[in-house]
Amino acid sequence: MTLSELANPSRFLSVANRAIPWLGGATVIAFAFGLDLAMRAPDDYQQGATVKIMYLHVPSAWLGMLCWGVMSIAALGTLVWRHPLADVAAKAAAPIGAAFTLLCLITGSLWGRPEWGTYWVWDARLTSELVLFLLYLGVVAVWRTVEDPSRAARAAAILTLVGAIDLPVIKFSVDWWNTLHQGASVFRLGGSTIYPTILWPLLIMALAFTLLFATLHLAAMRNEILRRRVRTLRLVQAGAS
Amino acid sequence: MTEHMTHLPFIVGSYAAAAVVVGALIGWVTLDFRMQRRALADLEMRGIMRRSAGTAAARMSAEAGEKA
Repeated sequence: MTLSELANPSRFLSVANRAIPWLGGATVIAFAFGLDLAMRAPDDYQQGATVKIMYLHVPSAWLGMLCWGVMSIAALGTLVWRHPLADVAAKAAAPIGAAFTLLCLITGSLWGRPEWGTYWVWDARLTSELVLFLLYLGVVAVWRTVEDPSRAARAAAILTLVGAIDLPVIKFSVDWWNTLHQGASVFRLGGSTIYPTILWPLLIMALAFTLLFATLHLAAMRNEILRRRVRTLRLVQAGAS
Repeated sequence: MTEHMTHLPFIVGSYAAAAVVVGALIGWVTLDFRMQRRALADLEMRGIMRRSAGTAAARMSAEAGEKA
């Protein structure tokens, strides 16, 4: 099935209805496996047991950025290709990305207190992550305040593409500035610096979070298509009466 | 008190926060789906249908008529 065939909302709904239970099941299995590995993983020689927070913090940080990446591609779909499902995908992704970014900030604070002695510091990594969260809230606010969906889609798409500048800033903030936050330790030239007994649970948890995002995004897109149908029918009803 | 015990509230707090956030997302998506489906069913019950749905229904009833 091609992307253009999926542009038909009815066909998309039929594919989503079939895929969501399978994706949901795969998510549950991945989380069960990942959490089991995470709980049995050894403590870090420096950080001790608090390394267990990493299994939530790092995947939620990745997902927060991945979700904005998905929204950026969808924004191009809205502005350039005018794909009928592009703004549906972007609108559905925004609250999910906001939630993952919020989780990243919360778990980061709870990890920072025992390791750094503070819940928060205005360093480049933490601040750019907070900016991402505020950008998500901005996109959600645009969708909620602009009544005409096509105008809201264009405004949200422009904000999303401008906000995409924050993604490389987050990624390279630890290289460009002196930060309290540690540098890259998983995806880096020369390989990961994390020992495999800690790295594998992290990768499985990242997979579980990614599957969760895929399930929630597909379900939220389905809801958005149904919401638009309800809106159209209500307009028809109002026009007839 | 061991290091593990003193840091336990931060670890438990993180996993509790994750459970709340993920639970809220699943709850939001599930409730929204039910609401939209109910609203669509309500409109269709009052005879307000999409053109394509109406066309499909008409075609099906015409086919049924031909067979009869």
